[in-house]
Amino acid sequence: MADKRIFEIYRYDPDTDAKPRMQTYEVELDGSERMLLDALMKLKKQDDSISFRRSCREGVCGSDAMNINGKNGLACLTNMLTLPQKVTLRPLPGLPVVRDLIVDMSQFFKQYHSIKPYIVNDTPPPEKERLQSQEDREELNGLYECILCACCSTSCPSFWWNPDKFVGPAGLLAAYRFIADSRDQVKEERLENLEDPYRLFRCHTIMNCVDVCPKGLNPTKAIGKIKEMLVKRA
Amino acid sequence: MAQTIHKYDAVVVGAGGAGMRCSLQLAKAGLRVAVLSKVFPTRSHTVAAQGGIGASLGNMDEDNWHYHFYDTVKGSDWLGDQDAIEFMCREAPKVVYELEHMGMPFDRNPDGTIYQRPFGGHSAKYGEKPVPRACAAADRTGHAMLHTLYQNNVRNKTQFFVEWMALDLIRDSEGDVVGVTALEMETGEVAIFHAKCVLLATGGAGRIFAASTNAFINTGDGLGMAARAGIPLEDMEFWQFHPTGVHNAGVLLTEGCRGEGAILRNKNGERFMERYAPKLKDLAPRDFVSRCMDQEIKEGRGCGPNGDYIALDLTHLGGETIMKRLPSVHEIGKNFANVDVIKEPIPVVPTIHYQMGGVPTNIHGQVVVPKNGTPNSIINGLYAIGEASCVSVHGANRLGTNSLLDLLVFGRAAGNHLIDTALASKTHKPLPQNAADYSLSRIDVLDKSSGGEYPQDVANDLRKTMQTHAGVFRTQASMDEGVSKVLAIDERAKHLSLKDKSKIFNTARIEALEVANLMEAAKATMVSAAARKESRGAHTVDDYGDTPEHPLGRNDVEWMKHTLWYSEGNRLDYKPVNLKPLTVESIPPVKRTF
Repeated sequence: MADKRIFEIYRYDPDTDAKPRMQTYEVELDGSERMLLDALMKLKKQDDSISFRRSCREGVCGSDAMNINGKNGLACLTNMLTLPQKVTLRPLPGLPVVRDLIVDMSQFFKQYHSIKPYIVNDTPPPEKERLQSQEDREELNGLYECILCACCSTSCPSFWWNPDKFVGPAGLLAAYRFIADSRDQVKEERLENLEDPYRLFRCHTIMNCVDVCPKGLNPTKAIGKIKEMLVKRA
Repeated sequence: MAQTIHKYDAVVVGAGGAGMRCSLQLAKAGLRVAVLSKVFPTRSHTVAAQGGIGASLGNMDEDNWHYHFYDTVKGSDWLGDQDAIEFMCREAPKVVYELEHMGMPFDRNPDGTIYQRPFGGHSAKYGEKPVPRACAAADRTGHAMLHTLYQNNVRNKTQFFVEWMALDLIRDSEGDVVGVTALEMETGEVAIFHAKCVLLATGGAGRIFAASTNAFINTGDGLGMAARAGIPLEDMEFWQFHPTGVHNAGVLLTEGCRGEGAILRNKNGERFMERYAPKLKDLAPRDFVSRCMDQEIKEGRGCGPNGDYIALDLTHLGGETIMKRLPSVHEIGKNFANVDVIKEPIPVVPTIHYQMGGVPTNIHGQVVVPKNGTPNSIINGLYAIGEASCVSVHGANRLGTNSLLDLLVFGRAAGNHLIDTALASKTHKPLPQNAADYSLSRIDVLDKSSGGEYPQDVANDLRKTMQTHAGVFRTQASMDEGVSKVLAIDERAKHLSLKDKSKIFNTARIEALEVANLMEAAKATMVSAAARKESRGAHTVDDYGDTPEHPLGRNDVEWMKHTLWYSEGNRLDYKPVNLKPLTVESIPPVKRTF
């Protein structure tokens, strides 16, 4: 069954283009292109200059995040049947564009690094594993699964306005992942690090992050828990 | 134009599990280490591993490393080197505990210890019954591990060069490796990394096949670099087919499904593995299960309108267990097969998954090659670890969970070896003149290309050819035909053409450079396979079947040896398997039954 689609794709190559433009493509899908990424790969055969990141094609590496008909998502997890005949693809909003659908994610990772994304526990470890109860371990569910695709942070108006000051939903989700870990010993310092009008409190619970997360995670809830802890501390 | 030169003690190529376990060890010791990666580190393919890390912690049932050692030797169909296997299995508990101390979110038992699940080929008491040995974080073990390693590298200030593709090894006139060239993808510039030591941790080349569980980035870049630098590739005929790739999608469903109790069924609903492997049943090793599935399909008991797949049945596990232990499997079923695995079986087929062969090394990760009559002569300045390497712990067939273990054990061991041999106090050997010329000329050819074929067209033909001629069941005639076809494609791959000539993040150019690496891996695979006149592990050839003299087609007298393939001259050499463990008795070869 013929399935003709129209793709409108954001194109920008700083080497040759004075400014960005939208380029229209027509592509006939033959049914073997289940996901948007498959369709994009087919398009790239037509025009090898279309640039985007991709790797695992199963939604776990976080490479192929983009803005799909106005909403952030992963190309490899977006079923073509859920998309209308015309598909508009833009780079993730709010980050500098390197080329076409490829954005410069430095600011995003800088914020992730700023929350000290690692367990700090200076007591000498036992010979075997540190014990953790099943209940304590369950606290990490919904937090550790983040794939750092940046769909959430780049859908957040607060992050668009203050990408250098607001940690953003992905970074704050990670912050709470370490606060919530029973093996971590620097919870207070972690909270201190976030007690700031910008770093945490720029979150105005708009919840775009929850809406777009391809892994079904809930950064807003994690942010709420951090806010609660800060209130209790005060 | 002169190239920028970056100077480091050690340069790790690849930021997957092996590369980052190694760089962590080096950074912690205060060495100057750079990690080059084509992708942001947490996008490396280790992230897709699901089931677990093998280690005989014995948290849930009696276990010890001797059992693990026995299972791995038997799993390898006696092609694995028993010194390396002993080393890996003994080190296993330690590297898992270390990872836990780093913050890895393992699932837990009621007593707070790490949760372990049974896995294919892992048994207690030397094959008597399955044992829970796979240390797991739900079915996201690779993701949890890769992120934990990245986080600890961040803490220890490892220097990452993200979205840099390594191109070629730099060897001096004595044959020592003194650095590597690499392309910065964002700018298109080539730089030289001058190092006392280069470690290849570039993963496998699973993308030489059409149907593969592997990520697009798995193009065997380290293999290509080694092959072009005159270093042989070992045992490349051995490719693992994972029994449970999603039919028509290739996406992996972890063996942890069967570890948790899922069952493979044919069209009659029969649990057919009971017939083939009375003791381990669905948890026999992967080569064995894959062959049984193919047998069922061949004999007309496959499922579906075309009878071309097997059903993986999880329905009896219940929604609660599935959502707790196998949440990603549930997600994958929904996304890639329109199946709710809680309610109905999911169609699966054996799918290319893992490369047992690679760059030959010893147990310290040092690359070793035959020289002046010694089979394992060290190449100064070069290490290889993880799937890119062949140490060889997996031999002719890897056991599930031993890959993540391999990354941790040998990533750490290579790091420690460099520290123990006082890398920091050594001086850099000088770079040869024009060290980047070879890489620059390869890029120049692409930049000036016109009228040739597109890289992806050539790569697709290669993948189809490999799928047909080096699949689960092989025949001598088909492999021989495959050799000439692959060599013909190799000629085409020398004349690739790009439309996109931009310097900035030119993914078409990256793909063309990857095709050069795929070609080396594919030639090594096809030529090595056609030359091995027996069946062993994953290399199953119809012509070499079960006879009293050669049980299951394995011919230990003539073929218990490692293959070495050299790109130059497309020639083969062989070296003996090490049957002598470090401290224990050797496990003598017997017919494999489960």
